[in-house]
Amino acid sequence: MTQAETTPLRRRDLLSLIGAAAGSSALYFAMSRLGHAQGSDYAGPINLSGDPKGASVLILGAGVAGMVAALELRRAGYRVQVLEYNDRVGGRTWTIRGGDRFTELGGATQDCGFDRGLYFNPGPWRIPYHHRALLDYCKRLGVTLEPFTQVNANAYLHGKDAFGGQPQRYRTIQADFNGMVSELLAKAVNTDRLNALVSKEDTEVLLEALQDWGALDDSYAYKAGEDASERRGWRKPPGGGLSAEPIDSTPLRPQDLLQSHLWRRLSSGLDYDYQTTLFQPVGGMDKIAEGFAREVGDLVRLNARVTAIRQDEHGVQVTWEDKGSQTMQQSRADWCLCTIPLSVLSQIEMNVGAPMAAAVAAVPYSPSVKIGLQFKRRFWETDEAIYGGISYTDLPITMIGYPATGYFDSGKGVLLGTYAFGPYAYEFESLSPAERIAKAVAFGAQIHPQYPAEFDNGMAVAWHRVPSQLGCYGQWTDATRAEHYRNLCAIDGRILLAGEHASYIPAWQEGAILSSLDAITRLHERVMKS
Amino acid sequence: MTRAWVALLASGLVASAGPAAIAQTFGSPTHFTEQGGAAIYASVCAACHMPDGQGAEGAGRYPALSRDPRLQIPAYPIFMILHGQGAMPPFARTLTDQQIADVVAYIQTHFGNAEKDQATSAAVKAARASD
Repeated sequence: MTQAETTPLRRRDLLSLIGAAAGSSALYFAMSRLGHAQGSDYAGPINLSGDPKGASVLILGAGVAGMVAALELRRAGYRVQVLEYNDRVGGRTWTIRGGDRFTELGGATQDCGFDRGLYFNPGPWRIPYHHRALLDYCKRLGVTLEPFTQVNANAYLHGKDAFGGQPQRYRTIQADFNGMVSELLAKAVNTDRLNALVSKEDTEVLLEALQDWGALDDSYAYKAGEDASERRGWRKPPGGGLSAEPIDSTPLRPQDLLQSHLWRRLSSGLDYDYQTTLFQPVGGMDKIAEGFAREVGDLVRLNARVTAIRQDEHGVQVTWEDKGSQTMQQSRADWCLCTIPLSVLSQIEMNVGAPMAAAVAAVPYSPSVKIGLQFKRRFWETDEAIYGGISYTDLPITMIGYPATGYFDSGKGVLLGTYAFGPYAYEFESLSPAERIAKAVAFGAQIHPQYPAEFDNGMAVAWHRVPSQLGCYGQWTDATRAEHYRNLCAIDGRILLAGEHASYIPAWQEGAILSSLDAITRLHERVMKS
Repeated sequence: MTRAWVALLASGLVASAGPAAIAQTFGSPTHFTEQGGAAIYASVCAACHMPDGQGAEGAGRYPALSRDPRLQIPAYPIFMILHGQGAMPPFARTLTDQQIADVVAYIQTHFGNAEKDQATSAAVKAARASD
């Protein structure tokens, strides 16, 4: 063996290899995984200093990107007006409650029958702790947050063909997977191939680590016993008095565990976006929209459908339809910040240069379906001891999200019964709302047999059929980003764009906010120079 | 129109009358498993263009597919389905050549369209290769 082959692989070498093999984006990705890189680049409240001397900005869209801009630009001395298509502010930051009515494209209308205090967030529903800009606005706007549970050890991992379709507790799959891998690696420690990768003095430490991480016994075996039961749970848990003695549970056979593919979702809580702690606003995600509305709601004109955006050397003129009176109106300003989703904007007449026009047309919008289901009782808590968190399945519903609030309530409960992307989402979207809900109940019953008896009512939101959005979020690829992203974000004359689609954090509110802050910072610099 | 319907019925593209069954197969998270133009249309295209092909209008619009002269040449719908544009997403990775040919033929002969030019999977394959 050569010297190079016998030297244990160091982290920097690994990064170099990844970078050489897969390019810089993969290197950045790997660095993020290894803790070198940071996520959100929010550096605290922005300071737009200097007098804009009465310059005016017309903001299109009252989602979080538009509302952030409205708040900060007015504070900086701009004259601001906002046009919004919906009859509410918030955009995709949206919560549905009992009594709400929603009519999707195609005309199907749903009236929400949830009980008082119960809700469902059809758009964003969780906030990672490192989405610092959004968390800062929550604090400044007085939006109260509570923990959102992503990983629940007692929730399920389910495969329709795994273990006869019987859902398995996340805890047991995680314990058995870690135990299996640790045992295999411990057995391999003294083989030549591993000796080439791990130095002799590190071997003992590695064995100690594997024993600890994998719950191995003193012979480095993962098997039924106290060590394993402490991780995966007991067949009969320890108690008190005469019946106190616990009975150990038996780990799954390694080949069954591997072939079940349930390990696929063990990584769900490991990704940066889903690591503890996550938050949700108390009472629904639209509390964020309400917070912004308290600050800048007076600037927003609702029910305004933009039909044309025209700029000249003096300013921007926007033509819009007042949906109430069905009359055409015009608004004018020195500048226009447009946060309209590209799925919609690509259809609106706008005289910008070819690069921005091409960028606007280049980003398709993802399908996505979320279905909120109300049940007559919180059986997942009372029957199954699942308090918040997510069960994952390979069924088309993809997951069941349990409410991270209202625990132990004796009334009804609302859970997220479907959160689908990709082909499954198109298949749900192309059904009627009632059919989507019926499918969600039928699929979910394979995981929770209580479903058919306890189901009360539901609300199904298919994002391609949401009239203001025409899709869930902008789906960039490496190729389209390379060709169009900078052109999308650059100021074109007197027009500039913002929103999650103009960020590297697509689909997240944080991306929308950081995009907006970046855009208005550049706009302000331009105004100060002119 | 009548002749087109007869041809369709003969080719088995139109299901027999009866209670509307759900065409969705929910067969894979990575690609569509529906077969035949009617099932593919009902499970994919109908999400936006609506089950009756009439499209819809909100802040933006999904164009109606009925009596659309651009559908006369299959190359146009084939390109749009493969690559997308604006609000139209691409399906090059989730539909096969045959599925795209079938759904283009279905659209060309439904919703008031009665084109003769039937799309073929070879045409879809060629459109992919010319990228």
